[in-house]
Amino acid sequence: MPSRTTSPSRTLGRLYAATFGLMALTGFAQMPIFKRYYIADVPGLGWLAQFYVTHVMHYLGAALLLGLIAYAATDFLIHRGRAGRLTVSGAIRAILLAGLVATGGLRVVKNFSGVYMSAGWIVFLDLLHLGLVMAYFAVALWALLGKKRWTSAA
Amino acid sequence: MKPISRRSFIRGSLGAACALAAGSRSVAAAGGEPLATLIDIRKCIGCEACVEACHEANGDKFPEPRKPYPKMYPSRVQVADWSERRDVNDRLTPYNWLYIQHATVIIDGRETELTLPRRCMHCANPPCVKLCPWGAAYQEPSGLSRIDADICLGGNKCGEVCPWDVPQRQTGVGLYLDLLPSLAGNGVMYKCDRCYDRLARGELPACIEACPEEVQTIGPRRRILAQAQALAEKIGGHLYGASENGGTHTIYVSPVPFEQINAGSQYGPGRPPMAPVADQMKTGNRLAAAMILAPLAGAGAAVAKMLRAGQENPGQAEAAGSTPRRDASAER
Repeated sequence: MPSRTTSPSRTLGRLYAATFGLMALTGFAQMPIFKRYYIADVPGLGWLAQFYVTHVMHYLGAALLLGLIAYAATDFLIHRGRAGRLTVSGAIRAILLAGLVATGGLRVVKNFSGVYMSAGWIVFLDLLHLGLVMAYFAVALWALLGKKRWTSAA
Repeated sequence: MKPISRRSFIRGSLGAACALAAGSRSVAAAGGEPLATLIDIRKCIGCEACVEACHEANGDKFPEPRKPYPKMYPSRVQVADWSERRDVNDRLTPYNWLYIQHATVIIDGRETELTLPRRCMHCANPPCVKLCPWGAAYQEPSGLSRIDADICLGGNKCGEVCPWDVPQRQTGVGLYLDLLPSLAGNGVMYKCDRCYDRLARGELPACIEACPEEVQTIGPRRRILAQAQALAEKIGGHLYGASENGGTHTIYVSPVPFEQINAGSQYGPGRPPMAPVADQMKTGNRLAAAMILAPLAGAGAAVAKMLRAGQENPGQAEAAGSTPRRDASAER
């Protein structure tokens, strides 16, 4: 009997996309633009103008995203024979993700009390984090339109 | 605990500055910890010498906006212009980083007016610095927080996340004018920088030096906190700033509870309250632990899946692990 349920990998893929979307939304909400441009006036989106809320949501999303990345990476390593190799677009996305995790992690560390970071480093990290997410979106769009997979496996 | 007089502070920090020659870091490095100020409210007579000294010392940092201001979109974005009201000194503005707050309280059954200098509290973990999306705000190891007027875009996020609404905006100045003046940014945010430049030279902040009543004392935070606690115990007084927002580098000592001061003061925009303030960064920083646990949980789940598959069908799991199954059509 054909299964009507969604496969686990597809569910994970959707969860990953939703989490990444949440991260992008709450990440851009760190800039004071959603109130200025009436987006926070849309019913149900008022929280996007509350900086502490979006800050916490971004952290929660980061935890979820890290969990998903760790799951996928471990699964890939365990089944590396069956999973095939990372494709070019998969490798680019993985590198960009690693950069996002690294710069995001440093920003989390920066937010602890007693951690001093020079103005130059803060600006560099902020711009790099923003640049990486923009690049990721560009590559993800390219992969989506070209139906490119992360790995060479079927 | 030996109090830190202005003279001994100057002597100590001058020596440290000369020895280390490392800008404002030198003063903090001398004690190895951030500096804090103790403000003994009982001594303040409201003469505003500190306010005038602040103007004099920081006048060259005040904004000189370019006019006319660019038209900003959408129309809800308002110009914040204090350039024609530079002499306002009864609240915080881009041109007034310190003001004297008046509070009517009851002491020994008599109505009394207290005066107290108000400025940036210089939080131990400042939300204005930590949540600035652009990196324009930063904290120095000496404990002071600053906003770089050359980088700030004036989005006022620091003002909104500050529990005391301290940073104040001036339109028509700063980097946004060179980017998208109509569509993004709205000037520069200004606030007390605790005279970082004077500290770097081994001098006291102007407000502390100018005070004829020695209302403020500055020194390493632990010593200042101990001094404030001892003083509060001695006079049966109260502290503000020691634990507010997780702790600040400005600690007030008052003979009356701060609820009374808060109730007896006028506060609003540019006039910070003296209400209890929870640690604003605490929730986020606690969630950081989840970011360490989540990858472990994710990796653990993948291993558990492999073990479960192995138990259910050992032969298939083995074959699946050793036989590559490539998709010839997959892109590279």
